[in-house]
Amino acid sequence: MVLFALLRLLPGDPANALLGVGATAEQIAAAKAQVGSDLPLAEQFVRFVSSLARFDLGTSFVSQAPVGAEIPNRLTVTIPVTLLSFALAIVLAVPLGIVAAVKADRWYGGVISVVSQLGIAIPVFWVGILLVTAFAINIRLFPSGGFPRHGWAEPLEALRNLALPVLTIAVVMASSLLRYVRSATQDVLGSDYLRTARALGSGFTEALLRHGVRNGVVPIISIIGIELASTFLGAVVVERVFALPGLGSMLLLGISQRDYPNVQGVLFVSTLLVLLIGFIADLVQRLVDPRLRDRMVGSP
Amino acid sequence: MSNSIFRGSVTRRQFGARAIAATAAMVALLGVSPAVLAQAAFDKDAVIEIGSLYEPQNLDNTAGAGQGVNEAFNGNVYEALFALTDAGTVENSLAKDYTVSEDGLTYTFTLQSGVTFHSGDPLTSADVKASIERVTAEASKSSRKKSLATIAKIETPDDATVVITLSEKSISLPYNLSYVWIVNDTATSLTDKEDGTGPYTLADWRRGSTLSLDRNDKYWGTAPTNAGVTFNYFTDATALNNALLTGAVDIITSVQSPDALAQFKDNADFTVTNGQSTTKEILAFNDRVAPFDNVKVRKAIARAIDDKKLLESIWGEYGTLIGSFVPPTDPWYTDLTAVDAYDPESAKALLTEAGYPDGFTFKLDTPDYDPHPIVAEFIKSELAKVGVTVEINIITANEWYTKVYQSLDFAATLQEHVNHRDIVFYGNPDFYWGYNNPKVIELIKQSEASATVDEQTAKLLEANKLIAEDAASDWLYLYPQIVVSAASVTGYPVNGLNSQFFAYDIQKAE
Repeated sequence: MVLFALLRLLPGDPANALLGVGATAEQIAAAKAQVGSDLPLAEQFVRFVSSLARFDLGTSFVSQAPVGAEIPNRLTVTIPVTLLSFALAIVLAVPLGIVAAVKADRWYGGVISVVSQLGIAIPVFWVGILLVTAFAINIRLFPSGGFPRHGWAEPLEALRNLALPVLTIAVVMASSLLRYVRSATQDVLGSDYLRTARALGSGFTEALLRHGVRNGVVPIISIIGIELASTFLGAVVVERVFALPGLGSMLLLGISQRDYPNVQGVLFVSTLLVLLIGFIADLVQRLVDPRLRDRMVGSP
Repeated sequence: MSNSIFRGSVTRRQFGARAIAATAAMVALLGVSPAVLAQAAFDKDAVIEIGSLYEPQNLDNTAGAGQGVNEAFNGNVYEALFALTDAGTVENSLAKDYTVSEDGLTYTFTLQSGVTFHSGDPLTSADVKASIERVTAEASKSSRKKSLATIAKIETPDDATVVITLSEKSISLPYNLSYVWIVNDTATSLTDKEDGTGPYTLADWRRGSTLSLDRNDKYWGTAPTNAGVTFNYFTDATALNNALLTGAVDIITSVQSPDALAQFKDNADFTVTNGQSTTKEILAFNDRVAPFDNVKVRKAIARAIDDKKLLESIWGEYGTLIGSFVPPTDPWYTDLTAVDAYDPESAKALLTEAGYPDGFTFKLDTPDYDPHPIVAEFIKSELAKVGVTVEINIITANEWYTKVYQSLDFAATLQEHVNHRDIVFYGNPDFYWGYNNPKVIELIKQSEASATVDEQTAKLLEANKLIAEDAASDWLYLYPQIVVSAASVTGYPVNGLNSQFFAYDIQKAE
């Protein structure tokens, strides 16, 4: 509903975008009839909702291809990018965050904190440009962008093409994740139970791993869920910088062409995916934390 | 700073560059240019990677596919009865020959023999008829629909003959037919597939990424000098330039920003060609309303703006100055840059004569995308010197369309006009700029009814001069058409008329 209303508030008729300068009035009228933008808004809305109920995302005004067929193609790029960069971000952020907290008094602890602050401050596209300059133009290690003609049928090429986008998102994401890990670790370090465990004779590392991680990880999981959702949405920017045929570039193109069915379709699917991520994060959190697990089955 | 730190030490990169320079020097000494070497030994099985910013929206040029489909498909996948060459001439293509009746109303075309579509069907006159009717059909969104409106009847007496009868004379018919793809009449829904007769077939199209063409081994004409081409689509110009720098693409079809050229220009690994586009940057006056209904005012404005300085500040050494709406690739071009050349003193005198000794103020509707806002600022500062105040009003492309183009609610505006042979717009007094000179209207109308191409050219040349003398608009400059390629790649079109990019002569050195 909100999606539908916001899109219709945009100035400009899709029929104009379709024809460009020089079209005759008859051509515009015909185009309006074709895309349905001459119908009353209420009727356009009813059509939209009824086809959505049938999982029919409509047909693109511009390409005249079914939206539902195009989105899975785009997801074969966006989902791997999101998941790979997410995995890399965790691999980077968790150990570094713990080190930054435990060794906050050492010089490298400080360096990690400063670098992560930088990572949060600089925009994603700029990280992308820096990485392209360093790894694609200067040392020619990875391609600067694009995706192989046959997609995942050329797995090695596809992975090489995704290397820099994944690294870009991972660096930015790891920076903010690292700060959460660091503060969660600091909380754990100052906790009573850790002191008690130490007093009972556990070594520092053992105490941290046995008691600290299990307690510290609970808030981190919900943060990770939110971060994963924002990584997914951040793909819009990265896909443009690296010329990847993903969901983000489909969204941008759809907006610039006033191609409502495409835009609606992309937003609908990404909303679903973000909700799904949130749900999974909740589920995992409950599995990890026995207190939440009890709440889930309804016991006091 | 960083230069002075590293001065004196030769880094590996610099050494590499010197080695290349040395090789180039040796080649030059031997008296053979690298281009000739490249042509001598090309790889006929190479696949050419083309980088472009213009992905087609769909694959049907009558369904609002945009300029990208012309770039990828014209002459490559689809052919027409006639071809508009890169130099701007019209040549026979699928039409082997044609005759025109005495009254100029009946055209009889003979088709090439032995032509088959990619699906295997032979080309017949029925396909030609169906193809023309696709463009003129009610549902067609082709920009060429109007120019074919004079076609009254299409007959197909036999498989190899097409007879077109016109309702009035139209000397441009062969030219207009060069825009009409000949499509197999049994083909349905061409928005995501094709059935043409061209030297390439569509292999696959991955939306948002690549469109690949394979060599058509059953092609009726001369075989391409490569095994196929892949168009790699980008939305970001920097990403496209990086792709060329890193060797991911061999050619960029059209460089839209001069900033990017520096990294290719003085580098022996790349070739930069400076072709002539048909894209004109113009300051269009609303010739219907004061003060621009006064020829003297329009001439004064044209004289007050230093087009050369403007072009240099935007494109550096690239681009062409034009004195009228006609680019050098149109047959009725003549150099009119001397008409209302830069001369601020005479501009002031003209303004005084026109009754504006203290100048005036007007609003300039400026589209919000490059280069218009920069051009507007330049014009503002130039006109301030002759006492004319410009209020810049930035609008979106959509607002331009409704406010300027449809409602004619403007004093002056900036716009780029991309079409080839579009001087005819000045023969339409209802067009957005409202230029109305009965003599020009008559000339343009007569030109279409000419018996010969020479007569047509003479009439339009005369109209062209009159329009320039009237300063109907101020034609600021012609965009360059810049193609950048790896030095190993040759044989591509340089002017890209009608956004075409013929791929069949491209050669890649072994």
